[in-house]
Amino acid sequence: MKKSDQAILKVTDLHKQFDQTEVLKGIDLDVYPGEVIVIVGPSGCGKSTFLRCLNGLEPINSGRVELNGQVITAPGTDWSLIRQKIGMVFQNYELFPHLNVMDNILLGPTKVQGRKKSEAKAEAESWLERVDLLEKAQAYPRQLSGGQKQRVAIVRALCMSPEVMLFDEVTASLDPEMVREVLDVMLNLAKGGLTMLIVTHEMAFAKAVADRVIFMDQGYVIETNTPEAFFNNPNTERARKFLNIFQFEGVHKVQ
Amino acid sequence: MLDSAISIFTSGRNMARLGEGLLITMRISLSAVGLSIILGIPAGLLMASKSKFWRFVLRFYLEFIRIMPILVLLFFFYYSLSKIFQINLPATFVSIFVFTLWGTAEMADLVRGAVTSLPKHQWESGRALGLREAKLNMYVIVPQAVRRLLPGVINLTTRMIKTTPFVFFINIPDLVKVAQQIVELAGMRNNLASVWVYGCIFLIYFAICYPISLFSTYLEKIWQT
Ligand SMILES: Nc1ncnc2c1ncn2[C@@H]1O[C@H](COP(=O)(O)OP(=O)(O)OP(=O)(O)O)[C@@H](O)[C@H]1O
Ligand SMILES: [Mg+2]
Repeated sequence: MKKSDQAILKVTDLHKQFDQTEVLKGIDLDVYPGEVIVIVGPSGCGKSTFLRCLNGLEPINSGRVELNGQVITAPGTDWSLIRQKIGMVFQNYELFPHLNVMDNILLGPTKVQGRKKSEAKAEAESWLERVDLLEKAQAYPRQLSGGQKQRVAIVRALCMSPEVMLFDEVTASLDPEMVREVLDVMLNLAKGGLTMLIVTHEMAFAKAVADRVIFMDQGYVIETNTPEAFFNNPNTERARKFLNIFQFEGVHKVQ
Repeated sequence: MLDSAISIFTSGRNMARLGEGLLITMRISLSAVGLSIILGIPAGLLMASKSKFWRFVLRFYLEFIRIMPILVLLFFFYYSLSKIFQINLPATFVSIFVFTLWGTAEMADLVRGAVTSLPKHQWESGRALGLREAKLNMYVIVPQAVRRLLPGVINLTTRMIKTTPFVFFINIPDLVKVAQQIVELAGMRNNLASVWVYGCIFLIYFAICYPISLFSTYLEKIWQT
């Protein structure tokens, strides 16, 4: 863990409910610069909702979120500014279908940040090069595979120069053979020191990329642990049960 | 035989009258389409909005207009209203009014459909990039809604052009009415008159509507999403 002095993101006692049901029941989490946090947990435990509360896509009911010491869940927050610092990539391919790859990427830098097109384009090209998609710059989303779309979506978020990136099951809708190419991009970002919160069901990837693993269940953080400890010998019974889902008993018993 | 055709179109002001009829047809239908688009967009956005009141009112309006035969609306506004209010509404005004009433309802429903058919994550990924509502609409939502709207608007336009002959019944000399007058007159001497004249009308409608649908196919192709 690369703990430096101040948390980049500090979540305190975060509660969130939809109608009458409480989905997040008091989440506490500090994220330090350069840290990669992987969030795992059964379906419906509130992982997506948690990420969406961090960039204001969902309003919260109580508690608070601070970004670099500034409380962003207070009324009057300019979410446009915050979202430029907290990027997000979703599970569904969410490229804009009427814009080609380059225009998808440039929309944020030019229309939100008001940067010069030529300069933003140069940056976009260097990112596309790094994810092996430079030759697709003029292609439309419909001409891309799922894995390519997700890599573009990641580049699009990165070109806003975010301080933190949120990934919500970005490989969950992909065909198995495309999962790897997207996870490799994320692994490289982790090596590059980007601060990331990743929700995933890819346990091998989680183990490889995480500095810290957060296990959530029914709206609570049940366990926070190092990846080695969490995957080999979790502290809690619930985490153990959860991890068992990903294990298969051998059919042919080997003596 | 061809002589009989030529004589019809060259005699008197027949050709000019057909031209005038065509102008009236186009003026009524295009005015109505234009007004329907202008009024239908805000109405459609209201139908797609969260307001229960507007959704109910506009849905009722749409259903009402849809079940009402156009002819009934034309007669009602042309004959009955002038009796009640003791005013003589010009026939062209009444027809543009009635067709706009109908077109606005259809257009509103098209806009509603186009906006609500956009996946929710288009708004979310735009917001996640930091786009504020105005720019989100301008660069992400509206361009996609317009593309989805296009086939419906083209369809509405050709339906409008095809429905204008109803104005015949409130004595507006549109293309079809003129044709009928010519056939009535020439038909006494020339028993093929109806073939030539209505055949000509046939071609005129085709010549107007076919390019419109070609244009829409072309736009759909280059916009393919
Ligand atoms: N907009 C909403 N309105 C009402 N309930 C919601 C809404 N979004 C999520 N929920 C509920 O909140 C709970 C948590 O949902 P969430 O999507 O955060 O789970 P998750 O951990 O991301 O699950 P998964 O692994 O399936 O993506 C679920 O019970 C879900 O049904
Ligand atoms: Mg989820």
